[in-house]
Amino acid sequence: MLLALLLPIPAAATNPTERTFHINASRFEYSPAILEVNPGDQVTIELTATDVVHGLSIDGYKLATTADPGQTARLTFIADRQGSFRFRCTVTCGNLHPFMIGKLQVGQNTLLWRAMLLSGLVLVGGTWMLKK
Amino acid sequence: MKSLQEIPWLDQAAANENQGLLHPRRIVPWRLNLYRIPWLRPLIESRWPQFLVRSLTLAGFVFTIATGLSGSIVGSHNFAIIFVWIAWWSALKLVFIPLGGRSWCSICPIPLPGDWLQQGGILSKGRGLGLNLHWPKRLKGSWLQSSAFLLIGLFSALTLTAPRVTGWVFVALFGLAIGLSLVFEKRAFCSYICPIGGFSGIYAQTAPVELRVIDKEICAKHGDKSCYHACPWGLYPVALRDSAACGLCMECLRACPKDNLALNLRPFGTDIGKARTANRLDSVRSLDASFLALVMLGSALAFTAVFVGPWGWLKSAAFAIGSLRWVGYAAAFLGLNLILLPGLFSLAVWSDRQSSKVRLPLKQEIANQSQALLPLGLFAWIAFTVSFALPKLGYVPGVLNDPLGWGWKLLGAGYTFWSPDVSGFSSVLQIILLLIGLFWSANVAWRLADSDYRRAGPIMAFCLAFSLGMLWLLIG
Repeated sequence: MLLALLLPIPAAATNPTERTFHINASRFEYSPAILEVNPGDQVTIELTATDVVHGLSIDGYKLATTADPGQTARLTFIADRQGSFRFRCTVTCGNLHPFMIGKLQVGQNTLLWRAMLLSGLVLVGGTWMLKK
Repeated sequence: MKSLQEIPWLDQAAANENQGLLHPRRIVPWRLNLYRIPWLRPLIESRWPQFLVRSLTLAGFVFTIATGLSGSIVGSHNFAIIFVWIAWWSALKLVFIPLGGRSWCSICPIPLPGDWLQQGGILSKGRGLGLNLHWPKRLKGSWLQSSAFLLIGLFSALTLTAPRVTGWVFVALFGLAIGLSLVFEKRAFCSYICPIGGFSGIYAQTAPVELRVIDKEICAKHGDKSCYHACPWGLYPVALRDSAACGLCMECLRACPKDNLALNLRPFGTDIGKARTANRLDSVRSLDASFLALVMLGSALAFTAVFVGPWGWLKSAAFAIGSLRWVGYAAAFLGLNLILLPGLFSLAVWSDRQSSKVRLPLKQEIANQSQALLPLGLFAWIAFTVSFALPKLGYVPGVLNDPLGWGWKLLGAGYTFWSPDVSGFSSVLQIILLLIGLFWSANVAWRLADSDYRRAGPIMAFCLAFSLGMLWLLIG
């Protein structure tokens, strides 16, 4: 029953705006690596590769782009899914390529707060059950 | 090698099994002896099935070294990196250890050539080579295994991604295992050095598999102790108090003329949650297991931050071995594992001890309470693996198609990287895994504290803080 706390909840209504982020991609780092937007925002990512070819795909959004060295690639989408999503490099760029990761934060990461609350409840509830 | 009669603890081993417990062993009624299942018994009794599997893993190991040293220098295109650090390491954490304890050790190829040289034969014993010296007393326990795991952590960003480094590390492990088997008796490398042996052994205590004596009276009357002589790990099965050291090689079952050994399926976590009174030597030895458990927690946090987190500067620092940035990373990693976590846990145990009516020495309390860290650590590693390995499973077909990165098309097609989208369920799955680990650890802490919430509280708070840290790193 407690696990119901982990069910998806609708995003709080906000005024959607247009947001543009310029990301520099170099081995094995995005800068900035953490993007924060509101649900419903129209997001444009301008990806510039500063050393070798890099890519960017966002988990859960099925979007991807690739930038050649010195070139800028653009990606525009509506942030219609709330939560915390990793974005990753899609072009082999060196040893740590599989771990070249950034984070897109859409609205509040309520899942994290709910999981933390659940951890406390599991501990308190579990102790209470064991006491009985 | 010492003769059996010279081993001082041997006569009292069976008696100590129960004397060493503050509380009598919990009555756990459910056991299923797999060795008594008619179709399974021949498969265990004969050395051939195990030998065939180990031959395959040995061939795979040699191939992995070859691909690591001569294949593509791009890790994600090299068989060695993908099969060792994505496929095998994930299988170890998701299947072998949680379900089979040290089952991987029973088919691990690394000690195989050393075993053959030591025993002078492959399936039968002949005139073996080697000095058969005792392992130094000061180096016993899992201190060296903890150190080896810390070394892996220090160089993980390179070892886990550079095929040449993985290849040379494997060559070094192979050479060390063979060398030690020629100098020391039994499996010194596996028992005292191998970091994976330490990792598997500590979490094997939570697994639903055990090898145990059926009737200790029969062993007490049996003069030959053939099981002890047959064990390549140098263990006497009557003295097994948990499954941390037994490598499930089955040699004792094969050697026992009384058919008095069982390979049991048992409830999860049977070995943990029992407070032990121990003599000073046992207490010091147990402290090494506590340290290993803490190193596993610290490493899980560090690996998650480096490999799953969005902090590129941290990845670059961990990768730039020898640079000032790497020195900073190494200092933080060692500080976390050697100072912060042991300090916080010792503080928690000290607080627990203040509320206790029976005050055991602090070292012994630390050794006892660290059992609560095992489910927490195991499930933290499983949750980490969900993020670490699942998105990269798409690399596996690619390296099967072209293991050396030489443009082969063994599977008949050109494979491109495909990343499974696990974002829809991985976060919830990781939360559930961490909650299971937390609940299980709290349960163990509760039992160790004699159901006294004032005593269990500090340990539970430590477990909660660790879980919150993992949650933040994984889904924050």
